[in-house]
Amino acid sequence: MDTFAQLAAGFAVALTPYNLMWCLVGVTVGTAIGVLPGLGPALTIALLLPLTYKVDATAAFILFAGIYYGAMYGGSTTSILLNTPGETATIVTSLEGNKMARRGRAGAALATAAIGSFVAGTIGTVGITFLAEPVVNFALKFGPAEYFSLMVLAFVTVSAVLGSSAVRGLTSLGIGIFLGLIGIDLQTGQPRFTFGLTELLDGINVIVVAVGLFAVGETLYLACFKRPADGEVLSVKGGVWMTREDWSRSWRPWLRGSAIGFPIGAMPAGGAEIPTFLSYFIEKRLSRKPEEFGNGAIEGVAGPEAANNASAAGVLVPMLALGLPTSATAAIMLSAFQSYGIAPGPLLLQQQSALVWGLIASLYIANVMLLVLNLPLVGLWAKMLKLPEPLLYGGILVFATIGTYGISQSQVDLILLYAMGVMGLLMRLFDFPTAPVIIGMILGPLAEQEFRRAMQISQGDVLVFVQKPLSLTLLVLALLAVVGPMLWRLVRARRSGAASS
Amino acid sequence: MQVGGTGQGPAWGATAVGLAVLILAAVVGWQTTVIPTNAVYAQVGPKAIPWIATAMLAVLGVLLTLWGVRGGWARDEHGAPNLWGAFWLLLGLALNAALIGVAGFIIASTVLFVCTALAFGSVSVLRDAVIGFALALVAYVGFDRVLGYKIGTGLIEGLL
Repeated sequence: MDTFAQLAAGFAVALTPYNLMWCLVGVTVGTAIGVLPGLGPALTIALLLPLTYKVDATAAFILFAGIYYGAMYGGSTTSILLNTPGETATIVTSLEGNKMARRGRAGAALATAAIGSFVAGTIGTVGITFLAEPVVNFALKFGPAEYFSLMVLAFVTVSAVLGSSAVRGLTSLGIGIFLGLIGIDLQTGQPRFTFGLTELLDGINVIVVAVGLFAVGETLYLACFKRPADGEVLSVKGGVWMTREDWSRSWRPWLRGSAIGFPIGAMPAGGAEIPTFLSYFIEKRLSRKPEEFGNGAIEGVAGPEAANNASAAGVLVPMLALGLPTSATAAIMLSAFQSYGIAPGPLLLQQQSALVWGLIASLYIANVMLLVLNLPLVGLWAKMLKLPEPLLYGGILVFATIGTYGISQSQVDLILLYAMGVMGLLMRLFDFPTAPVIIGMILGPLAEQEFRRAMQISQGDVLVFVQKPLSLTLLVLALLAVVGPMLWRLVRARRSGAASS
Repeated sequence: MQVGGTGQGPAWGATAVGLAVLILAAVVGWQTTVIPTNAVYAQVGPKAIPWIATAMLAVLGVLLTLWGVRGGWARDEHGAPNLWGAFWLLLGLALNAALIGVAGFIIASTVLFVCTALAFGSVSVLRDAVIGFALALVAYVGFDRVLGYKIGTGLIEGLL
C-alpha cells in the first residue's frame, strides 16, 4: 500500500501545471529528435544539461524522461517511413514496418507501433513503480565491495556482451574510464592526467564527450562517407488506423514484447537490441502467418516496438534504484543528478522521494501525451523527415557549439569537442561502440570511489572482493560474461573443424 | 564479423588503431607514475584505478594490433571518402573555433552553418546564410538572454 501512497504523492508533484508543461516540452522534443535521423536522446539530454543551472531538479528530470520516452516513439516513425532507423533500438521495427509502408499500410504500422509503445511503456512504468523499492531494499545490504563488483558486472555487460566484439567494446570502456579519471582526485586533491592544463583540473565535461561523439562524430562520418540517399520518405495514406484483424494480431505481441523487454532492460546489462531481436524472432515463430514475415507482418512491428519501449523503461530501474546507468542516456541523466549535488544510489528513493516518485508519475503522463502526440499528429512528424540534410546537420553543429562553448566560454572546450568528434568518426569507421565511453566516464569515478572505500575498510586487502559471497558471485558472472562467449566460439570452431575433417 | 586473420595481409588502418590504443596505454601509464601520492594513501591511493586502466588498455591494444596485422576486423563498407565534404566541414569547424572568441557566437555559427550545408551538398549559399544567421540569433537570445546560459559576447551580440 505504501507504494500506492507514494505514487499518489508523485502524481501530486507531476500534475502541477509547471511540471506538466515540462513533461509536454520533453515528449514533444523527444518525438522530434526521435524522428530526425542523427539525433538521439543521449545527445539531446547532454545538450540540455545546462538547463540544470536554471530549472529545479524535478522539472529537469521530468523533461529528460519525456525526451527519453519520446525518442522511442519518434524513432519508430522514422524506421517505418524512411527505412533508416534513427536509433539502434528501432532497427528491427524497420524490417517489417517499412515493408508494410511500401504496401500502403503505413497507417497500420504507425498505429501498432504507437499503441504498442503506449502499452509497453505503461507496463514498464508499472514495473518501475513496483520494482524500485524491492531493488533498493536489496541494494541497501550492499557494502562498497558488493557495489564495486556490481559496477564491474555492468561495465562488462554493456561493453563486452552487447556489441559485436568484446575487445572493441572494452577498449571503448577503457577510453571512457580514462576520460573520467581526468581532473582533481576528490579524495586526495591531487590532479590526475591534466597535462598541466588548468582547464582540465575540473575534469572533462560529459557534455563535450557526448556531443563530440554523437553530434560532431556522426556529422563528420556522414559528410565524409555518406552514400547517396537511398531512402524516400513514404507518405501516410488514409490516416492512422487499424483493422479488427490488425488489433487481434497486435495485442499478444505487445504483451509478449513488454514481457521480454522490461526484464532485460532492468538487468545490469540494459540495451534494447537484444530484446527487440528476441521479440522479432519469437513473433515470427508464433505467427499464424509466418509467410508474411519479410513482406510486412504487423506482429514484427508490434512486438519489437513494445520490447523497445519496455526495455527503455527497464533501464530506469537500475538507474533510479542503484545509481547504475546501463545506457548512454541513463549515464548522462546520472551526471545531471551529480550536477544538482544529488548522490545517485539506493538512498535516492528515500532522500529524494518527491523527485523520484514525481518522475515515475510523470512517466505515466508522458505515455498518454505521447499516444496523443503520435497517433493523430503523426503526419506532422512525417513532414519533419523532409527537412533537407544540409540544414539539419548545420543546425546540429550550431547547437553542439552552444552546449560546449557555454560551459566556460573557452576555445579549449571546442577543440576537445572536435577531438572527440574525430575519435567518434574513427570509432564509427572501425566499428567501436560509443555508449561504453559515456558509461565508463560517468560510472568509472563512482566505481573507483567504491573500490577505495572497500579497500580502506579491508585495510588494503584486495581479497575483500572475493571473500564476500555476493561480491564474488557478481565478479564470477562478469568473468563468465567475457570469457563465456569466447569459450563457446572456441568449442564451436573445434566442433565444426572436427566435423569437416 | 571476421575478427581473426583473414589471410589477406595486414589491415593498416586497423593496425594503426591498435597502435593508437597502445600509445594511449603508454601515456596513461606514464601520467599515472607522475600522480603525486603520499604514504597515507599508499595502498588505496589515486593511482590504483589508473594502473588498472593502463593494464586494460595495454592488453586490448596488443590484441587489436595483432588482429590488425592479421587482416583486421572491419569490413570495408564505407566506400571512398567524399573529400569535398570533409574539407568544407573541417573548414567550418576550424573557422567556428577561430571566430567565436573574436567575432562572437552568431557570426561564427553562421559561418559554421554555411560550411556544413556546403559539406552536405547544398548549392544555395545565400539561403543557408540567412537561415543560419536566423537560427544563431534565435538560439543566442534563447540561451544567453532568456535561459542565462552564457555563450559569450561579440560584434552582433553587443548590439542586442
